[in-house]
Amino acid sequence: MAILTSRKLVKRFGGLVAVSDFDLDVQERSIHSVIGPNGAGKTTFFNCVTGFYRPEGGEITLDGHVLIGLRPDRITRLGISRTYQNIRLFNNMTALENIQVGQDPHLRAGMFAAIARTRGVRKEEAAVLGEARRLLRFVGLGGQGDLLAKNLPYGSQRRLELARALAAKPKLLLLDEPTAGMNTQETAEMTAFIRRLRDELGITILLIEHDMRVVMDISETVTVLDYGEKIAEGPPAEIQRNPRVIEAYLGRGSAARMN
Amino acid sequence: MTTRSSSPWITALRSGAIAGGIALLLTLMGMVKTFDERDIVTGVMSLGTSLLVSIYLVIGYGTARSHPGSPLGVRLAASTLTGLIGELFLVGLVLLGQRVNLRPVFPNASPELYVLLQFGGTGIRAYLTMAVFGAACGALGAGLSLVPRQFRGPLITGILAVVLIGLLEDLIHITIGAFPAVVAYTDWMLASGVQNGLTSAGAAVVFIVAMLVVLFWPGIRGVSQTRIQAMPVGQRHVIAILAYGILAVALLLLPNVLGPYLTDVSNSVMIFVLMALGLNIVVGFAGLLDLGYVAFFAIGAYTMGILTTTAIGGESGQIVWGPTASFWTALPFAVLFSILAGVLLGIPVLRMRGDYLAIVTLGFGEIVRYLALSDALKPYTGGSQGIVEPAIPSLGRLTASLSSQSLYYYLLLALVAIVIFIAIRMRDSRQGRSWMAMREDEDVAQAVGIRLVSTKLLAFASGAAMAGLAGAVFASKVGSIYPHSFDLLKSINVLAIVIVGGMGSIPGVIAGALVLFGLPELLREFSEYRYFVFGAMLVAMMLFRPEGVIPEAKRKQELHELSEPGGEPAPEVLASPGGAGSV
Repeated sequence: MAILTSRKLVKRFGGLVAVSDFDLDVQERSIHSVIGPNGAGKTTFFNCVTGFYRPEGGEITLDGHVLIGLRPDRITRLGISRTYQNIRLFNNMTALENIQVGQDPHLRAGMFAAIARTRGVRKEEAAVLGEARRLLRFVGLGGQGDLLAKNLPYGSQRRLELARALAAKPKLLLLDEPTAGMNTQETAEMTAFIRRLRDELGITILLIEHDMRVVMDISETVTVLDYGEKIAEGPPAEIQRNPRVIEAYLGRGSAARMN
Repeated sequence: MTTRSSSPWITALRSGAIAGGIALLLTLMGMVKTFDERDIVTGVMSLGTSLLVSIYLVIGYGTARSHPGSPLGVRLAASTLTGLIGELFLVGLVLLGQRVNLRPVFPNASPELYVLLQFGGTGIRAYLTMAVFGAACGALGAGLSLVPRQFRGPLITGILAVVLIGLLEDLIHITIGAFPAVVAYTDWMLASGVQNGLTSAGAAVVFIVAMLVVLFWPGIRGVSQTRIQAMPVGQRHVIAILAYGILAVALLLLPNVLGPYLTDVSNSVMIFVLMALGLNIVVGFAGLLDLGYVAFFAIGAYTMGILTTTAIGGESGQIVWGPTASFWTALPFAVLFSILAGVLLGIPVLRMRGDYLAIVTLGFGEIVRYLALSDALKPYTGGSQGIVEPAIPSLGRLTASLSSQSLYYYLLLALVAIVIFIAIRMRDSRQGRSWMAMREDEDVAQAVGIRLVSTKLLAFASGAAMAGLAGAVFASKVGSIYPHSFDLLKSINVLAIVIVGGMGSIPGVIAGALVLFGLPELLREFSEYRYFVFGAMLVAMMLFRPEGVIPEAKRKQELHELSEPGGEPAPEVLASPGGAGSV
C-alpha cells in the first residue's frame, strides 16, 4: 500500500519548471530512492512534501491526508521527518538538546506547568532526556551528547541530524543525500543503518542519493527525475539498463554506444 | 597589533602613533583633566594618569605580543618605543599649546592641562619626565606579556580591583561610616578628608588580596566541588540551601549597609535587570530582535499611573479619569496589558525576520510613545505633562517602618527573584528549547514540528510581561510618568545590557545591568563621558568578547548519566551495524 502519493505535482520558480506533473507512489515499509542529475528537482520535491514550498498544482497525500497547504510543523506531526542535503542542525545547542527539540511533537507540557514543574512535567522531561540519550547511542554518538552540534565532526553531524529526525517517531523518513561527503567505510555503515531503520522500526524511507552503489544496494524502487520530469521508475536492476536514464546521466548517444 | 610579517620597529612606530592618537583624543576631550580630580591611590596616581598609563600599557603589550618570534630585548625595546612615541604626541601638544592658544578649537586645552601633562614640572626636565613616563608604561606592557599566562589574569584583576575600589572610595567611606568597628580597622586603607582613593598601603593590600583570590580561586573551587560531589545527595541539598540562604540574608540586609543613596541606585539597576531579563527571553532565547521593547515598559508604567494616580481633575496637566486603585490592584493589570500589547505586536510580525522585525518593532515603540503624547489620549495619559502621584506599594504595618528606598528595594528584589525563577524554568523547559531552536534556524525548527506562531507569541508575551512589571514599579518609584522616559534610547540601553552581559545568559544580564547602569550611577561626576565610554565599551566588547561578559552556559545532561553506577555506554549501533538497540 502506498504511504505517500504524489499526483501531477507542479512546482515553478518564475518561468522555471522545477517539478512537472510528477507522480509518485512510495510503498509502505519500502526503501525508495529518487535519483537524477543536479537540478533535476529532487530536493524541490522534498521541499514540497515537507511543506517548505507550496506547489502550483497537483496533490500530495500521506496515508490519505492531503499535505498541500499544511504548514511544515503540521506535516511533521502527521509523521514525516527529514534530513537536509547541507546539514542543518541547531548549531549552538548541544547534541542532546537537538534530539530533545526533535521530540517536541509528542510533548504535552504547557508553559505554566513547566514553570511550576509539576509532577507530569518532571516525568515528561525525564522521558525526553532518556529517549534523547537512547537515540544518541542508537546513532553511535553515545558520550558526545553535551557537545555543541557545531563542534561535532561532519560524519557525526549527519548522524545527529538523523537522530533528530527519528525523535519525532516518523512513519516516513526523507533523507536528502545521507552519505554525501562520507568515505567508503562510513557509507557502508550508513547504508546498513538505513536498512535497519526500515527492517526493525518499520519506517518507510524515501531518499535522494548520488552514490549509485548505495542506491542500487538498498532501494526496492528507484525513481529517476530529469528536468523536473519522471523519466523512469522501477527496481534498481531495471533502472541500470534503462537507456533514457543512461542518456540523462551521460549525455545523448551514450546509451546507444553502451548497447 | 598588526601583521606579523613586518619588523617589530615598524609595529612600534605604528602602534605608538595609535597610542598617541588615542592619548591626544582623550586629553583634548577633557577626559584626562576631569579624571585627574579623582585619585585612585592618594597622591600617587589619579584616574586621569591611570587612563594614560593604561593606553600605553595595553598598546605596548600588543606590540610585544605581535612579534612572539623576536628576541626578548627587541620586544621590550619595541614596546618601550611604542609608549615613548605615544607620549611624544602629548609632548608635542604641550610644546604647541604653550606657544599657540589652542582653546578656540579645543576648549579643554587649558594651561592647567599642560601643567598636569607635565607632571607639575617645567621646561626640558618636564619633557624628559613625560618621555620616561611613556617609555616606562610601554615597557610595563612588554613586561606584562612576559608574565606567564596563569599569573597574568590575577595580576590584571589585582590592578582592576585597585582602580575600582579606589574609584568607589567615597561611597565605601559613607557605607562603612555606619559601622565604627569596621572604620577602626580599615581607616589606614582609605584616604581621609577631602582626598579620595586608596592609601598606598591600602592599594597594596587590595592588589595582593584580589590577586591571591583569583590565583587560587580555580583550585578552591575545584576542591570544594569534588568534595561536594563526594557527599550524599541529602547533604548536597543542605549545602545548596545553606548557600542560597546566606545569599538571601545578605541581600535582605544590604539596604542597611548601603544607605539610602546606594539602595536607590540598586533599585534603578534592578528595574533594568527586570527589563533585561524579559528582553533576554525575546532576543537571547528566541532570537527575535526587538528594538521597541520600551513600549511594554511604557504600557506597564502608564497602566500603573492611570489606575492609581490620585491627581485627578480637570485642570491643565492633570488627567481626568482614574479609578485610584491601590498599587497591588494595578500591578496585575500592568502585566496583563503589557502581555496583550506583546501579543498585539507579535501577530503582525510573525512572518518577519531579522532586520525587518527590528524596524517594525522600532516603529511600534515610537507609536506607543506618541500615543502617550497625543492629544486624543491626553485626558488619560496627561500628554507631555504626564501623570503624577501613582500609588506606593505599601503593605500596611508590615512596611510602615521601611524607608521608601528600602520598600522598593525589597519589592524589586522579590520581583527579580521571581522573574529569574520563571526565566530559568522556561529556559529549561520544552518551551525554552523551542525558542533556542527557532533562534538557530527558524525553518528547520518548524520542520521538526515546532509551532512558530505560539512559540513566538509566547516569547513576545513573556518579555512584555517582565517589561510591564518593571514599568509599573518604575512609575511608582519615580512618582511620575512622562513620555520622554520611554524613548528609543531606553530600548537600545536594555539591548546593550543583554548583548554586553551575554545573550541568553541570565547571570550575564545581571552583570550587564550592573556594569552599564550601576557603575555610571556611582560615577556621576564623569557623566558627560558616559555615552563615550558606553560606546567605546560596546565596540571593544564586540571585537574582543562578542559572547558577552558571562556567556550562556550549556547544561551538561549527559555526563551526569555516565557518572551513575552502571551507566555504561550502550553499543554504538551506527558504528557497528551488528550491535543491539532499538527505537
